[in-house]
Formats: sequence, structure tokens, C-alpha cells
Amino acid sequence: MFDVLMKIFKKEEKKSGQIAKERLQLVLVHDRASVSPEVMEQLKNDIIAVISKYMDINKSGMEISLANDSDSVALVANIPVQSFHHGRR
Amino acid sequence: MCEIIVITSGKGGVGKTTTTANIGVGLAMRGNRVALIDTDTGLRNLDLLLGLENRIMYDLVDVTSGRVPYKKALVRHKKFETLYLLPTSQIRDKSAVNPEQLVQLCNEMKSDFEFIIIDCPAGIEQGFKTAIAAADTAIVVTMPEIAAVRDADKIIGELGRADKENIKLIVNRIRPQMVEKGDMLDMPDINEILSIECIGQVPDDEYVVTSTNKGEPAITMKDSLAGQAYRNIVGRICGESIPFLKPPKEGFFTRLKRLFGML
Repeated sequence: MFDVLMKIFKKEEKKSGQIAKERLQLVLVHDRASVSPEVMEQLKNDIIAVISKYMDINKSGMEISLANDSDSVALVANIPVQSFHHGRR
Repeated sequence: MCEIIVITSGKGGVGKTTTTANIGVGLAMRGNRVALIDTDTGLRNLDLLLGLENRIMYDLVDVTSGRVPYKKALVRHKKFETLYLLPTSQIRDKSAVNPEQLVQLCNEMKSDFEFIIIDCPAGIEQGFKTAIAAADTAIVVTMPEIAAVRDADKIIGELGRADKENIKLIVNRIRPQMVEKGDMLDMPDINEILSIECIGQVPDDEYVVTSTNKGEPAITMKDSLAGQAYRNIVGRICGESIPFLKPPKEGFFTRLKRLFGML
């Protein structure tokens, strides 16, 4: 009964427990996406190997990183292309 | 058959050592031969929580460096005679013991005990890596608090990378009244975020403070809610299926009194 009265007289606002949960879920998206430099290097080499089958790329000018948005994480790769192989379409 | 359990948390101050002491005493109360190994080198506290601080002759570093055999360093509990403590050094630091040394020590001790419980230091550096090296099971202790849950998540990730598959969760210092008001992360929230099996929900309880003062873990106190929660945890570790404690409901008058500041 007390709860009901409180609900009528008090403006509904978000409980701090709920705020904690939402903040945690967000921060963990970023925490869990953090990858060690070794794994990143491995990923970079694998990407180079795959792309090189189709085109010549400037390996030293290549950049790959994880970009954090407010609620998501993206793998961003910047790969300068030097020339395309013949006969691929 | 010996089970080696590491108690870990990432964040400091969430109750790793308290949990270690209570689970150790609880398992010994059931007649198991239990060894507790304190690996929080330089910040020795497990001895205090068990009331054994005046009986230490040798420590973990003496054993791993080969100065004395482990049996000489073990301190037997006065009241629970199947419980032993291997205290750590108060003057050395975390680098004094490496993972291989702890694995070798646990292998030696295995045949003498049903349970070896390792109290892990806070952090994710070398002390953590040493503490988890020998463990079959990891128990992650956290609190319904944003930083503690984040660190628990980090630790669960680290345990996964170290190929530990058996990871359990204990949530410590829950304040049921705050949870009921929506002002504290509740168990469904924490389970959803961490998604590992929970084996314990321990309420915040003044008995934990008074029992620590006396060097007698709360699990020995019949009237303590935290003690009851620890007894249930020990049952679950032994394979029993025990439902979680329901928080005591506050009556209308209690709430009214609280509203007028009488409580």
C-alpha cells in the first residue's frame, strides 16, 4: 500500500540499480572488445594475405584498429591499394 | 580425490579472504581435510581471519624456496582439526612465488587433502597468475557494485584465456533492502551480465565484522544470515542442490518507522 502511495505522489524516475546495469553493459562491450597487440598483428597479417590474392596493397601504409562508438565496436581497416591484379573481376 | 579451488576477484576489498576462510572452515566442519594457501604475499591476512596469527613459524616462500617441507609450515586450526593454513610471507612480495612452484607444491599436497583452497591477491598481475596456475575450479567473488562487476568480468576473461573451464560466482555483501528499492544491482542483472554459474549470494551482515574481529569466521555463527549463505555455498561445492535464501521481507510498520527516521 505504501508503495502504491509513493508511486502516485513521486515522479517516476529511473532507479540507480537500473542505471548501474545499463552503464555496465555499455562499458563491457568495450572492455571485452579490447584485443592484445599480438592478436591485432596476427589479424593484420591474415587480412594482408587475403587481400593480396586480389590486389597489390601498400602493406606499410595499412592501418587497422578497433573503433569504439557509444554503444558498439567496429573493426576499421584502412588499406591503400597500389594496383589490381590482371584477370580478376 | 583432491579438488583445488582458487578464490579470486580482480578488485580488492570484495571479500576474497573472508570467503576463503568461511569456505575452508565450512568444508572442514563437514569432516574434509582442507588446506588453505594464502598467496597474497606481502599482505598476509588469512591468518588473522582464522585466529591463527600467533602460531606461524614458516611461510609459503620458505616452502617454495625449499627451506622447509610444506608439512612443517602448515598451521593446524585449534578448533577444526582437519583445517590447515599455509600462510604467506609478510616481508616478501608477489614475485617471490612463481606459477610452476605453486603447481609443484599443490601436486605434492594433493594426496593429503580433499580440498586445497588458494586465496588469490587482488589484481591481474603475476600474483594472480601464480594463484590460478594449479586450480581446477575458480570461484570469482564480486559485489553488487559497478566497479566490482566490471573487474569480475575482466577476471572471467583472464581465467578463460588461462583455459580454466570451471568458473563459479559468489556475490558478496548484497543489501536486500536496497535491491528491493531498485537501488542496487540485483541477481538477475548480475547473472545476465556475467553469465557464469552462481553458487552463492551473501547478504551484507554485521556478524561478518564481529566474527572477523574475533578470528572466528561467520559460518560458525548460527544466527548469522551471511553464515547461513556460506553454509549453503559449502553444500553446493559438495554437489548438493540448495535453493538460494530469500531476503527477509520488511513489514509495513518497519517501513513506516524507516520513513520517519526511527530505524
